[in-house]
Amino acid sequence: MKHIKVVAKACLKNSMEKGGCGECQASCQSACKTSCTVANQKCEKDA
Amino acid sequence: MIHAGHFEDTYFILDVESGSLHHVDELVYDIAHLMETGMVDGAEITSALSGKYPPTDIAEALEEIAELREDGLFDCPCLVEPSAPVFNKPVIKSLCLHIAHDCNLRCSYCFASEGTYMGERSLMSEEVGKAALDFLIAQSKGRKHLEVDFFGGEPLINFSVVKAITAYGRELEKRHNKVIRFTMTTNAYHVTDEMVDFINREMKNLVISIDGRREIHDAERKNAAGQGSYDKVIANAKRLIASRGDQEYYIRGTYTARNLDFANDVLAIADQGFREISLEPVVTDGPLAIQESDLPAIDREYRRLGRMLEARRAEGRPFHFFHFMVDFSSGPCLNKRLRGCGAGMEYAAITPKGDIYPCHQFVGKEGFKMGNVLEGTFDPSVGDPFRDCHVFKKPECQACYAKYFCSGGCAANAYNTSGDIMKPHAVSCMIQRARLDTAIGLYIRRQEPSAEV
Repeated sequence: MKHIKVVAKACLKNSMEKGGCGECQASCQSACKTSCTVANQKCEKDA
Repeated sequence: MIHAGHFEDTYFILDVESGSLHHVDELVYDIAHLMETGMVDGAEITSALSGKYPPTDIAEALEEIAELREDGLFDCPCLVEPSAPVFNKPVIKSLCLHIAHDCNLRCSYCFASEGTYMGERSLMSEEVGKAALDFLIAQSKGRKHLEVDFFGGEPLINFSVVKAITAYGRELEKRHNKVIRFTMTTNAYHVTDEMVDFINREMKNLVISIDGRREIHDAERKNAAGQGSYDKVIANAKRLIASRGDQEYYIRGTYTARNLDFANDVLAIADQGFREISLEPVVTDGPLAIQESDLPAIDREYRRLGRMLEARRAEGRPFHFFHFMVDFSSGPCLNKRLRGCGAGMEYAAITPKGDIYPCHQFVGKEGFKMGNVLEGTFDPSVGDPFRDCHVFKKPECQACYAKYFCSGGCAANAYNTSGDIMKPHAVSCMIQRARLDTAIGLYIRRQEPSAEV
């Protein structure tokens, strides 16, 4: 395509298949303690 | 749902529901921006943009968008039935231990009333701490990875108990085949060599509170005598990080309405040699809180910070900013993105007396006490309001493109401003959206630093 470059394809859809184990860190325990930025958290299965 | 955004001359489209990300030229950005605001008819779009672009180019771009749509990468429908129950079984696997309801600093914006949480100054006993870990082991059921954050007030003023609880946790790990990840949030005002050794041996993550420039830090973070804490804290933080190797840490600051030029504070922290940095706004009340009228300035400041971050990387002096770190190649699963912190469901706070609350910011709030670890009481039904506290159940979140990046926001901020954990705090949402465009733009530019669309 000339006008569009796909950087990432459907990562949320893929995550549905392996997700939900609950082993990852609670977001509030990371650095913020006051907000819920989650998109930077690591999946325990990728660790 | 889509979102068309940009950082500098990097234009992108986020396909919200699938999590797909597209680097686009300005023409496609303009088209998507019109679509985002409700214009869907091709002829109408062509007409609206005909003064800026040749019709043949617009037609070509519309065809490419149609191709993406065909592939399920543009305006994809929600992947989950919004009414489906998600994560609805409480499993407490993460604790915030209020090891000290006391502090050796008197920070003006402290949500915990200078460590007291609007109660009396008190320290957690070893007995309460051990009972809290027993509670965690019992409640965590099949979860293997558990978390315990030593929090306060200032946890290091009760260091002997921190050591005893950690040692007990190591015993429990072996006995129950668990992994307990201890972390600490400290002001680093009083740190001995023994504390440095202990922290860097036992704490998986260390969060140190520094607000940035000396004058900004000292204006709010004073000791009991009213003197600024900057010099001591910087020296102690450097000692802690110098011997930490590649273990996790964050220098975590707070910005207020008084320093809307907070990018300078992030840089001031980086200039002290720290590379992992987070800065959080004061949002809920008082004269220091960020107001809606501050949002345009905040948006500009996050973008300025993004430019500074890139410049530092180019100079070989990189640092990371917590809220700019997004990962489109893996990152957390959708389930995680619906309910980030897990307050009252996966996460709980324990007070010095052993009282259990859904999170550290609910401590002392009437109606939120869930039990007591010493008395062996726990009523998970107190956490029931949190069961539905996720993205799919909040009307404001359903219409927001940032919903899978913030997981619906902080329940405590919501409660503190509206009395309702289901009603996200609007200014916090605006701040989240303001920094997201920069975060995504930086991500694309990291992946393909010189690429043009």
